[in-house]
Amino acid sequence: MSKNTFAIGGVHPHDNKIARNCPIEVLPPAPSMFLSVAQHIGAPSVPVVAVGDKVKVGQVIAEPGGFVSAFIHSSVSGTVKSIGPRADLAGRPVTHIEIAVEGDEWLESIDTTDTLITEIPADNKAIIEKIRQGGVVGLGGATFPTHVKLSPPPGSKCERVIINGCECEPYLTSDFRVLLEKGEQVVVGAAILRQVMGNVPCTIAIEENKPEAIAHIREVIAKLGYQGIEVMTMKMRYPQGSEKQLIDAVMHRQVGSGGLPISVGAVVQNVGTALAVYDAVQKNKPIVDNVVTITGECFPKQANLCVRVGTPIRYIIDTLGGMPEDAAKVISGGPMMGKAIANLDAATLKGTSAVLMLTEKQTRRAPESACIRCGKCADACPMGLEPFLLQKLSRIQDTEALEANAAQDCIECGCCLYSCPAHIPLLDIIRTGKGLAMGAIRARAAAAKAAAEAAKK
Amino acid sequence: MTNTVIWTIAIITVLGVLLALVLFLVAKKFKVEEDPRIDEVEKVMPGANCGGCGFAGCRAFAEAAVKAPNLDNNYCPVGGNDVMAKVASILGYEVKAKAPQVAVVRCNGTCEARPRVNEYDGFSSCLVKSTLYTGDTGCAFGCLGCGDCVAACQFGALSMDPATGLPVVDESKCTACGACAKACPKRIIELRPQGPRGMRMFVSCVNKDKGPVAKKACASACIGCSLCAKTCTHDAIVVEGNVAYIDPAKCKLCRECEAVCPTGAIHGVNFPKPLDKDAVKARIAERKKKAAEAAKAAEAAKEAAHE
Repeated sequence: MSKNTFAIGGVHPHDNKIARNCPIEVLPPAPSMFLSVAQHIGAPSVPVVAVGDKVKVGQVIAEPGGFVSAFIHSSVSGTVKSIGPRADLAGRPVTHIEIAVEGDEWLESIDTTDTLITEIPADNKAIIEKIRQGGVVGLGGATFPTHVKLSPPPGSKCERVIINGCECEPYLTSDFRVLLEKGEQVVVGAAILRQVMGNVPCTIAIEENKPEAIAHIREVIAKLGYQGIEVMTMKMRYPQGSEKQLIDAVMHRQVGSGGLPISVGAVVQNVGTALAVYDAVQKNKPIVDNVVTITGECFPKQANLCVRVGTPIRYIIDTLGGMPEDAAKVISGGPMMGKAIANLDAATLKGTSAVLMLTEKQTRRAPESACIRCGKCADACPMGLEPFLLQKLSRIQDTEALEANAAQDCIECGCCLYSCPAHIPLLDIIRTGKGLAMGAIRARAAAAKAAAEAAKK
Repeated sequence: MTNTVIWTIAIITVLGVLLALVLFLVAKKFKVEEDPRIDEVEKVMPGANCGGCGFAGCRAFAEAAVKAPNLDNNYCPVGGNDVMAKVASILGYEVKAKAPQVAVVRCNGTCEARPRVNEYDGFSSCLVKSTLYTGDTGCAFGCLGCGDCVAACQFGALSMDPATGLPVVDESKCTACGACAKACPKRIIELRPQGPRGMRMFVSCVNKDKGPVAKKACASACIGCSLCAKTCTHDAIVVEGNVAYIDPAKCKLCRECEAVCPTGAIHGVNFPKPLDKDAVKARIAERKKKAAEAAKAAEAAKEAAHE
């Protein structure tokens, strides 16, 4: 048994990886694809195509709207049908570019062959630029633009690159399948990332419930003969795949409140991101598709699909045989951190990792009762917070006390809610309090910036 | 035996006198001077401690009012003009009478008008729900129906109507403290002047989507068609961001907008008679006809003068 894990908190839900033996299949694009301009954290991208334009696969259709932003490429070839607001997964109106699919014509600059290219270009700046041009964002869930993460602020030094293959969320198997089937590409991607960060050592962290992946990646590293890349077997524990927890587990260093991983010398990238980096740098292929797990006990056909970005969720489910009758809730992502989909016509994003269908029985919430002050939530919190206190402060909206008790450090992993014997929806309530605390911090920062600018004048 | 009793009583008495003396001197020395008017003002306040004035409670309001140079920024919406007149007389200030206000719910997306497209089974709180998604109907702006406003009201003036799924304001109990307006994450509840004998007009919708989108989500949504603004002869209606707004200061309660609204998003309340739409529409048509005739006549006169 491996002992590598983070120091405090965490829970161990049943992993339910029922789609683990389904090889990656390619899903043909839907007749109409919808590409959101907000597929990443930061400023939304700005469309650069007009209605009626012909586009090819891999062609830029939206440019970054700021430094923390990303390119968006057409995932299909066809004609731009409309550009305008459309409801996203949560029903919120977001600008989408609709493309009517005609054929499957790729840009000539993209290498669509399967040949593995292990030789890495020497120019790190050119590599980062290629990653930027490829629209690569963190595919672990947060969708933070990768080129920004790879350009640490001056004065900070990277000491280790961690490739996150934990996939600690139950049900999710997309990273696992990528490790098994595209392990070579992932390892080359990891080698590119460690070279960019200054030839630092690189750890590929995989949880022990994926022994095939661990063995396979070890084999690949030996075969390719890369130095400085190692595989670390992690103990199964949720939320190990969270950036701060993984750094603690691998490097035994703690990122301070409000700090970035680079402040302790770490850069964490997801397995999917490493693959996207390989594609962007070695194959000139931007993110146009990603692997999505379609799963759930009530769903007869488990699958790991290579889905083009912007495919409507309903189309995916219909292609696999339609929505099962007893499905009560559809979730984008895993059961712990995933979000219930309010609008099945919404399209997938770059960061969509899974579509999970759960039955009424699985999703039913037990009635809430009073807090018995057992402290299980505080034991489970991987950030060392006191959820029982934070939920109380959130209910009375005491912003000052929320900030003093570090509500802003909540990573919304849901361990508190999972462990609460009184079934109090702790995370739901604390999320509102976190919003208040973050708002206060941002307002203060903005005021300080304005004051500094005024002083300059 | 008697000696002990006498000694005990004597010592206790002397001790008591001495300590009383100490307390008296300390109280004298460290006396906190407080404006006696604060107590007076607090006495005339409603004592609800609702925070509708923007202060932590009635005492805090009294302290602020006594310190302030005038009463322009201090107003107790619960007590209204009566209480403010009393406060002003205590402090020797002048107070401008404010039109009494009332909370108005600007959403009429009832269960029939606004079909549910999904089901929410999470924590019953509008605030929590709004952080998760846009709501269980196609409208991203409308009432979420979890009753945060009802919970915020200290006067029992709000209740959820199970038939419509919308909050209802009991005007006799509403004090216009504004707690519900602050609690609503969708900013649907607005404080509006009560109007003469409670009569007032308002657009009961805040949907900023374009017409077809809004209409699809809710049969009684404001679709921003501007018919009301074009009909209004008092310049009281502006359509901004695909939604109409009636300025209560300009509205003359003619109810023409209510008659022409194609979706019934404009509501008139507390009018003695129900609206006779056809009569009002006929009146508008008559007026338009007359205006057209007058314009024609003016043009003819102009041409005649020209010749």
